[in-house]
Amino acid sequence: MGDPPGMAIAHSTASGMGGMRTAGDLVARMQMSRGMRIKEAKEYVANKLGVSLLDLSDPVIMSEVREDLNIGTVTPLPGRAKGIEAKFRIAELLGIEINCVNRFRERVGGKF
Amino acid sequence: MQKFYARQGDGSLIKLSESELRHDLEEGTRDAAERGKISPLSEDELLYLFDIHSTPSKFVGVEMGKEVVLTYDAGTLKIRRVGVSTNRIQSLQVYEKLLGADTMELDHVDYSFKPVKPIIGNEQPVLEQALLVTTLPLFYGAMPNLGLYSQPDGPCPNPSELLPMGKISEARASYEEAVGFAVKDMVQVASAMYESGADGINFDTTGAAGDPDFLATLQAVEILRKKYPRMCIEVGMAGEFILGMHAELSYNGVRLAGLYPHKQVELAEKAGVTIFGPAINTSTDRSCPWNLARAVTFAKACVESSNIPIHVNMGMGVGAVPVVDHPPVDAVSRASRAMVEITRLDGL
Repeated sequence: MGDPPGMAIAHSTASGMGGMRTAGDLVARMQMSRGMRIKEAKEYVANKLGVSLLDLSDPVIMSEVREDLNIGTVTPLPGRAKGIEAKFRIAELLGIEINCVNRFRERVGGKF
Repeated sequence: MQKFYARQGDGSLIKLSESELRHDLEEGTRDAAERGKISPLSEDELLYLFDIHSTPSKFVGVEMGKEVVLTYDAGTLKIRRVGVSTNRIQSLQVYEKLLGADTMELDHVDYSFKPVKPIIGNEQPVLEQALLVTTLPLFYGAMPNLGLYSQPDGPCPNPSELLPMGKISEARASYEEAVGFAVKDMVQVASAMYESGADGINFDTTGAAGDPDFLATLQAVEILRKKYPRMCIEVGMAGEFILGMHAELSYNGVRLAGLYPHKQVELAEKAGVTIFGPAINTSTDRSCPWNLARAVTFAKACVESSNIPIHVNMGMGVGAVPVVDHPPVDAVSRASRAMVEITRLDGL
């Protein structure tokens, strides 16, 4: 309950990682897929991306990292991975299974 | 004498003197410690809370590098609820691209597993399309909501009618029957949404109908964990204390009625939950500093006794967030920062 400015925006600004602006979605995936606590999840992602722990929540650095790795950015770029395409790359980068990526692969006949 | 702005639990602006602020913080942690039989906050932690509340800033935040992951309940409902005409996939994109969400949740406006079951075939394609155009992890969420299984909304005799007639064993039998129906519905809906590609299932507002509600959820989680070993399962609670509506139900040999968050999480772990979300109620007739010291005390004990990620519920009316539709950001940001920095939790 509560309106987005009072809840979602306030929490995101006060203590959230920042989602796709940073590495928030990637750290979340490690908690969700491996049950990692926040410290372990951040260290895992930082190691895979080759950045520092502080960089993970920095939208300037992470925008460049995400663009370089082609794993989806807030501002969509022409010819670059978006949506499910980015998730294929994230699964490979983090070494995890992403449910919808696996389902997608099955639905198109397991061609890639 | 210097006074500090603060909020009442109903959101109204108040002023507290230094001694009143200190008193509220001390009383808040003492209340939680006594009720939960847990440790109160230390002097340093109370001083930290005092500093957060004595700063005149409208908005505060965690130190850089201490940010945590955010998960959401009733995710796609919150855009429609304020009258913005978006469909649910657009709402997900708004959260992903405009609101800095780390994860998001798709849900139906009738936010319970039971009403979703007959329309699951309509829900799955929406999720499947949403998954094509979003990058962040997507949950599908709903409430166990055991209340929907009693008459006139459901098949079971209504315990609230049986109890005043002294029919205690009949009321208990009704709850037990409802647990069976709810487990079946939750497993069916969660399975369908997972097989459509959801990254996780969120059981939100668990325990709202007391111990049978919590038991049904734990049993559903146990079944789902065996069926889908990789499924992310988040269980968010309805309140800080499991109400003993049945009062004799147990899980894994532990009586459910009366459990506080640090004991709830132990059972959640045993059932196979991936992320646990304790909820600590906000009292409207106490100040936000009192509520925050109390909520942080409960949450800290929960984090310390957990081996799985903890995402404390910080929505309107819980986690020291005032009970008001438009929560003031001064109170929300203070609660957000203190909860993260004192408890060392994993997310909100």
